[in-house]
Amino acid sequence: MDEESQGVCVKSLLPVLTVIAAILLFWVVSVVPMNMHLTADQAQRQDIAVTPDAPAARQEYSGIGLALRNTHLFAMTYTLDRPRLPSPHQVAVEMWDTIALKKITSRRSLVYHGWVTLSATLLGFAIGTGLGILLAVGIVYNKAMDMSVMPWAIASQTIPILALAPMIIVMLGSIGIQGLFPKAVISAYLSFFPVVVGMVKGLRSPDAMQLDLLRTYHASPAQGFWKLRLPASVPYLFASLKIGISASLVGAIVAELPTGARAGFGARMLVGDQYGQPMVTWAALFAAAITAAALVGMFSLMERWTLRRMGMQAA
Amino acid sequence: MTETTISASGLNLTFQTNDGPVHALKDVNLEINKGDFVSFIGPSGCGKTTFLRCIAGLEMPTGGQISVNGMTPDEARRARAYGYVFQAAGLYPWRTIGGNIKLPLEIMGFSKAEQDERVGRVLDLVDLAGFEKKFPWQLSGGMQQRASIARALAFDADILLMDEPFGALDEIVRDHLNEQLLQLWARTEKTIGFVTHSIPEAVYLSTKIVVMSPRPGRITDVIDSPLPKERPLDIRDSAEFIAVAHRVRDGLRAGHVDD
Repeated sequence: MDEESQGVCVKSLLPVLTVIAAILLFWVVSVVPMNMHLTADQAQRQDIAVTPDAPAARQEYSGIGLALRNTHLFAMTYTLDRPRLPSPHQVAVEMWDTIALKKITSRRSLVYHGWVTLSATLLGFAIGTGLGILLAVGIVYNKAMDMSVMPWAIASQTIPILALAPMIIVMLGSIGIQGLFPKAVISAYLSFFPVVVGMVKGLRSPDAMQLDLLRTYHASPAQGFWKLRLPASVPYLFASLKIGISASLVGAIVAELPTGARAGFGARMLVGDQYGQPMVTWAALFAAAITAAALVGMFSLMERWTLRRMGMQAA
Repeated sequence: MTETTISASGLNLTFQTNDGPVHALKDVNLEINKGDFVSFIGPSGCGKTTFLRCIAGLEMPTGGQISVNGMTPDEARRARAYGYVFQAAGLYPWRTIGGNIKLPLEIMGFSKAEQDERVGRVLDLVDLAGFEKKFPWQLSGGMQQRASIARALAFDADILLMDEPFGALDEIVRDHLNEQLLQLWARTEKTIGFVTHSIPEAVYLSTKIVVMSPRPGRITDVIDSPLPKERPLDIRDSAEFIAVAHRVRDGLRAGHVDD
């Protein structure tokens, strides 16, 4: 890393940390009113005085209203076993427990579940990217495809994936395809679109003069593609890949939700929800977010490295 | 005996636009001999660039005859008879200067060894030796344009077509490049077609100056320059130079009478 980018890192660190601190503060403060009703019920069972005394009367109050009348219960809201909103440290403990302390082959390990989701994400992303590039090439070089494919591609993204995912999984399941591949199909479904849009724009980015230059050399269409259009589209491709990889991860998780998948981030979120273990849900959520950030970060690094090697600067 | 390289007779080109037909070229007749340095000068819309593009086979005339090296322009283009320099250098940002010059050589299928040899030779010609491994953004605008000239020279076409190649550069750089271009022309003995807005540039460079005027685009005067082939920059202060410049200016003004 050179000096300039180090300076940028230090400068951008402070705003990022400030935002994180603000979010954490909001979270910590929200825990009290969110959990107050549950805490009051539990406190009463342990013979701690609660105002008002009658459970039915407490339902009349908002979380904040109840909290203001029971300030002595604040500490308890952070330590419930099954809180409505877990506190940050509870989520952190759950994540440490399931990521670092469990063997990665264990069904309780988030790393194990992460890999299940990630493998579907990567396969789907590869399929989606490949398909996206092929469609973009078709759109740029074939008039009929130019007129016909794009409206369908746009229409495909207007269908809620939550409605479509179970149908795809059930249909593929009925012809005997199960496991990784149906999830990858949904990932691909979400990730091909940004690649198509970006690559069409990128392949069309050379201006009339650059195309004329190739005509003066009597270059073949294939030479025009490999020597001009494809390299010119690389910056656009990377922008699309960064959107595509996070869309792929969302697709893989969504694919795990409606079908009672037994492994993966989506399965963990569902299990946490159904068995009243919010920490499990939240830990899976954060692990998914971290995975997405890592994937996008990886592509940012690849982008910088590639564009620098190509003599271009990252946008 | 001089031989004709480019010959146009009764050339017409009409563009169909939403505002009706536009006569970009009307009844253009011109002979360009081998080794000529021909400038096309005139105001915007006079068809000078369109004419150059017709020679290059990038535009199709709607009437008349034009031949390049005894072929149609399209055949000449397929035979790679000319190098074309655009107003912008148009170097590929992802290729080094050497890589950019190799572009036409790769397309035309020269061997690796031949490519390297030619890159070195044309970089010498445009005074850019040692810049082979630099990327375009590391060079000034004038150097980039020189690199694009080197790219047009690399495959040894005997015609060089230049469309306002120095139009975007400042006058000091332009003077310097004009001087270098004359030296290059003397050394390579190419036939050059050169589009420009600048009277001094046209007079300084050319053996033949073609004055054009717009609406419809046509030739109003063709001047065979009396200046010697050897031209130091201060020739621009000589009486002959000023006389030619005068005639060009008169020709340009004559084309504007109906405005």
